[in-house]
This record gives sequence, C-alpha cells and structure tokens, in this order.
Amino acid sequence: MSTWEYAPAPESREIAGLKPTYRPFIGGEFVDGTGEPLKSVNPATEEVLAEVGTASASDVDAAVKAARRAYDKAWRRMPGTERAKYLFRIARLIQERSRELAVLETLDNGKPIKESRDADVPTAAAHFFYHAGWADKLDYAGFGPDPQPLGVAGQIIPWNFPLLMLAWKIAPALATGNTVVLKPAETTPLTALVFAEICQQADLPPGVVNIVPGAGDIGAELVNHAGIDKIAFTGSTEVGKLIQRSVAGTPKRLTLELGGKAANVVFDDAPLDQAVEGIVNGIFYNQGHVCCAGSRLLAQESVVDELLEKLRYRVSTLRLGDPLDKNTDIGAINSAEQLAKIRELTESGVAEGAERWTSPCPVPERGFFFAPTVFSNVEQSMRIAREEIFGPVLSVLTFRTPAEAVAKANNTPYGLSAGIWTEKGSRILWMANRLRAGVVWANTFNRFDPTAPFGGYQESGFGREGGRTGLEGYLDV
Amino acid sequence: MATPTLPAELSDATSDERSLRRFLHGLPGVDQVGVEQRAAGLGTRSIKKGSKLQAIDTAISMVDLTTLEGADTHGKVRALAAKARRPDPERPDTPRVAAVCVYPDLVATAVEALVGTGIGVASVATAFPSGRSSREVKLADVALAVRSGATEVDMVIDRGAFLEGRYGQVFDEIQAVKAACGDAHLKVILETGELATYDNVRRASWLALLAGGDFIKTSTGKVSPAATLPVTHVMLQAVRDWYTTTGELRGVKPAGGIRTTKDAIRYLVAVHEVAGPDWLTPSLFRFGASSLLNDLLLQRRTQLDGHYSGPDYVTVD
Repeated sequence: MSTWEYAPAPESREIAGLKPTYRPFIGGEFVDGTGEPLKSVNPATEEVLAEVGTASASDVDAAVKAARRAYDKAWRRMPGTERAKYLFRIARLIQERSRELAVLETLDNGKPIKESRDADVPTAAAHFFYHAGWADKLDYAGFGPDPQPLGVAGQIIPWNFPLLMLAWKIAPALATGNTVVLKPAETTPLTALVFAEICQQADLPPGVVNIVPGAGDIGAELVNHAGIDKIAFTGSTEVGKLIQRSVAGTPKRLTLELGGKAANVVFDDAPLDQAVEGIVNGIFYNQGHVCCAGSRLLAQESVVDELLEKLRYRVSTLRLGDPLDKNTDIGAINSAEQLAKIRELTESGVAEGAERWTSPCPVPERGFFFAPTVFSNVEQSMRIAREEIFGPVLSVLTFRTPAEAVAKANNTPYGLSAGIWTEKGSRILWMANRLRAGVVWANTFNRFDPTAPFGGYQESGFGREGGRTGLEGYLDV
Repeated sequence: MATPTLPAELSDATSDERSLRRFLHGLPGVDQVGVEQRAAGLGTRSIKKGSKLQAIDTAISMVDLTTLEGADTHGKVRALAAKARRPDPERPDTPRVAAVCVYPDLVATAVEALVGTGIGVASVATAFPSGRSSREVKLADVALAVRSGATEVDMVIDRGAFLEGRYGQVFDEIQAVKAACGDAHLKVILETGELATYDNVRRASWLALLAGGDFIKTSTGKVSPAATLPVTHVMLQAVRDWYTTTGELRGVKPAGGIRTTKDAIRYLVAVHEVAGPDWLTPSLFRFGASSLLNDLLLQRRTQLDGHYSGPDYVTVD
C-alpha cells in the first residue's frame, strides 16, 4: 500500500445542540445575568460558539442567597437516602446526554472528542455515582457519628476539564449536604450550563446548585462573599495564593488544587515501550493542559538515548488537528493567551540552551495549535524545568542513581503527582515513600478514579478530592 | 550457532546458550496493563470511506487463505486455490490473496492449482501444530513441503523447550529449518497462547528473529487464545526494534480468530502506528485466516455498492 491516510471521521457538531445564548443558573432558573456578556470561542476554529450571560456582583449575591435558602429549607435536612436519589439521577442523566456533553465540551475546550467521549464525560458520571453511594453512609466514613455539612460552598473551576472538574466539586459537596455556587472558567462555560439543565431535569430543589459564569472578578466576588462557608478552587497557584490571602481571618474553609511540575521517573529496568506510552499520556493528554501532567521526564542516564529514540518516533505518530475528528490525538490549545504562554516558555527553553525537538506533524492554519515538543538536555536551573508550561511540551532530564532521582523529582515548589517506571516492586515502594507528591503512579500515568483521593503538596495546594478522604473537605470535622 | 551477518551485539548474543539466555532475559519487560491499554486505545481509530476501502483491499492482499483440517482433501484445496485466484468472481478488480496455506502433503495440489498466478503456497511443517516430534521428523516434514513446491514454510517452535528455558535448542531448530527451507520464506509460529506472558512473547520473537525467521507468527489457530491485538503489538514492536538495530525488515503474521473486517482494520492500524507504514505490505504483514476473506469481500461490496449484499453473494468454498 502506497500511503494510507485516515479519511476524516468527524463527530457531528449538531449533537452538541449548541444554542446562540446561554444564561446564568440561579435559584433553579436560568436568569439574565447583569454582567457584561462574554463570547465563548471554539479554539480549533476561532469562531464564536455562543454568547454567554455573566453574573455581576448582585447576581453572585442572589446566587449565594438562593443557595443558603436551599441549604436551610431543603438540602441539609433531607435524609442521605433522599439526597442520594438526586445524585444517582444526575449521574444517569449525564450518561443519557453523554454524546451531547462530549461534543459540546470538545467544541468549547478544544480537546479531542476521543478524550471527552471516553474520559471526561464517563468519569464525570462516575463521580456522581460514587458520591451518591456516600450520601447515606456518612456516619460510617470515619468522621464520627452524624458529621455535619459546612453550608454554602463557593466553587471555582478551570478550563482544562470543565465538566469533570465540575463533577469533582459538586458531587462531594451535594453528597455531604452542602449547596453550591459554582463559577465555570471564562473560556469554557457551556457544559456547566447544560449541567444546570440536567439539575432541572433531575428536579433538584432550586438553589442547591447555582452556576454563575464570569471572569476572575466574579470569582473574587464569590470568594469574598460573607455568605460563603467554604471555597474550593482548582486553578493556578498565583490565583490560589490570592484566594488564600482573601479568606485568611475569616471562618471560611478552603481547599486548593493548583499547579504542578510532575516528574515521571524512568529507570533502566522499566518496561520501555509502555514507559513511552506513559510519558506520552502524561504530557500530551489533553494538550498537556493537566495540572498533574508528567511535564518533567527524569530518565536514567543509561537508558535515555534508547528511550528518546522510541519517544520521538511515538510522538511523531500523534495526530494533531480537528478535535471533533475521532482519530485526533491532540486537539487545540484552549486560548490564544495560553498559546502565547506556551510559546514564550518554549522560546526560553531554546534560549537557555536545551535541545528542542518538535513533531513534524502538520499544524492547521486556523485555530490555536501547538505541535508536541520534547526538550532534551534540560537542566534543573532552566525555566522549562521549573515553571508549569501547561502545554504539550516535555522537558527531559537525567539522573544516575535512585537517590538522585528522588532529589530531582522533589526539587520543585509543587508536588501534585509523580510517576515511577521500573519492573522492581521494591523500588516502587521505596520511591513512593520518598516522593513529595499527592499522587504517585507506578508503571502508568494520568489514571483517575472517583475512589482515589487527589491533591497536592506545597504550592500544588491542600485538601483532597475524591475517595473517602475527599468528603472531609465538605464536612464540619 | 553464530550468525555472521548480524551486528556484533546481536551475534554475540547467539554465541552460546548462556549468552542467548542473558540477552533474552535482558530485553525490557512488557507491562501487561500498559500494552493492553495501548492496544485498546488504538482499537478506537475510526476508519471510514476511502481509507476503509483501501484498508480492505490491502487486507485481502495480505490474507494467507488457510485450511488446516484433518478432513482436508485435494478437492478442498483446489476450491481454496480458485478462491485465492479470484476472490470475488463478479468483481475482477478484487486483489488476490497473498498465499494459500495447507498441510505438507497437499502442497503439490495447491502448487498445481496456482501455477503462474504469483500466489504463494505456504505449508505448515515441523510436526504442526504441537511440534512434538524429533528434529529428524520435523526436518523431513519441511523437506516434503519444500520438495513439493512450497514457497513459504510456517514452522512451530518447540514451546516445551522454550518454557524449560532451553533457548539454544529452539534457536538451533529454527536455524536448521531455515537451512532446510532453501529459497522458501520461513514463518516462525510462536504459539503465543501457550507462552502465556508478554515477556515470553517478546523473548520468543527476538529468538526467532535472531535465528533467521523471515516472519514471526502468533499462532497455529489450534490453541486458544490465538492472535490477539496486544500480542501482535508486542511482536510489531519487536520487528520495529529489529529494524532499528539491524536495518532489516522482518514480517509479522497474526493467525487465528481474526474473522471480521473490523478486526482486520484494527490490526492494520496497529501495523501502521506501531511498526510503521513500511510494514503495510503483504511481504511484511499477513493474516492467517479462513473466514476473514469472505467478510472482507462483503464489506468491499458494501463500500462500492453503497448497500450490504448478504452472505449469499460471496462464494463459500
């Protein structure tokens, strides 16, 4: 066969049921926000998808009050068995509308449809199923008898996994008896507002879930609102620090899930071909827009050449392009702003003397795209080894001994995740005990499950999400 | 048992039993979860329209049309040869299959029926499928096939010896069979269903490549599981690594259990993305199959006619 090109296999964008306008969801109703409307853009084509009404300070106030009413009148008093029914219903509705949500997520975010279809949406449903199971078992969660909810939770989520981060936030809050006001990211508000429709379909009591689209200023309104009992934030370390300053001296509880610069440590006895898969999955999954991305590859010196040769070949087979195409591996960078940031950091890598290799894959003319890039000969002192790039750019460093691997892996202000690749079980345990990271994957990477707690050390934040541990962030214990 | 044409690192590996063992056990391990995840991930590729038709034609040209039954007769083999020559009589543009695969005593019949067509005649040999006999008997089996005109020999390795760790014996036997093949191409059947682990599949793949096998083949079709996608991934990785090390292209043949066009396309995607586009040719990739061909023909018609025809529109041979 001469050459075999895969014909385009696009998922139909009609499935998204895109509407010209979307509105904030407050007190169980879609309302006209009094903020300046924003336009949500498809990052793969730069076209405007829809106009989204945003909340103003008074809308945030109305949302918090609606949440408080729902908390006092309905939700906190409802038996866990009844709350569970709503959560199960929401989970099933997410499944029923999964294709719609997947296509909409891909349009709004730029991630490949195979990821939104096979990971984001099913895992979001799984989080609701999992937490529905907890709602009537909180007495047995290890926090003493009859643990009490906190009240109204203000939740602020990022643009990299819009629906999934919403599920990570809302499912445990509701299961434990809290009500929520959630602000989706400015560039990706659409699936959150379809989720609001799902809340209506599920007959969720009005005010239990409120969605207030807007930019950072609305997030600040939410954080500073006196009627909020708890802030849960996922996003940049910079904003996380601002939030922590704002809530200092108030009774508000806080959990933060921030940036990362995770080390993926490959020993010379690793299953190399699968390590290559794990490295690719670690840094190129979701265009590298993953806070726990394995953005630093630490390879043992005795195996680095072979590993890099295999890695470059594998990366060159990644298909970059239309995110709606079912065969696309790497979609669009979420915004022009993020693309500029990735470019700037990549240029710094070249300027500081690292060796750049970029996949020769074709890059579309329109839209925000960045070809997968691997830097070798990276030193700990370079910016690309220290700063979070949040894009499809891998920095390769080397080590000689296990102790050096630990030292280099821990040499970061972050500490969200880490990966270990070796066939030696004892070394996995030895490393896992020494790595300062909330999640340590062994011979795999970027695997998520609602039962597994997720969270960080140091500048990666505090508090855990998921699993039994994750309930603690929403209980007065 | 040294093989002089290999790069030093590889010919050293075959200098004696201990070196061979050290080499095979020094190969990187295969992580079961990882390789199965990767195979499942690639299995979701969506191949449509022109690329599907191209894949179907390519797959047809890669089929080793196989009959390996105790009940095989000269008539059955002639019918299969006719099918190989003209897979879809109403559509003469349909590609021919790569080869017909039979037992050694029926090779002569197949050769006669395929003379002048360019279609290969493959013969299983070496006490197929179990491989449980003396070296003498196995080589006599090969000699019969080659003497009768087989252009390809599909041997089985001694899985007992392999599992006992007597790699030198397996290596020597493959070399001896290779020598007995003369000009015939040698496919080495690993019977991965009996090797059980992916680490073993990788070691057996390298062992067969070191000993001179032109192809590595998954299975006899007589043991379950036969070919699987993850096993084929490991073998495709082995021929790619072999190419990186030696510059030589060797082939892979999954056999057994591949029955539908959908399955075949998943294998072609794996060939394309794991080994590389160079391997998308019948000289480097084959399907050992019997019922697969008719499904490929049905799907080919569906692509060209725009509607499904049903099983009565292809010949049952």
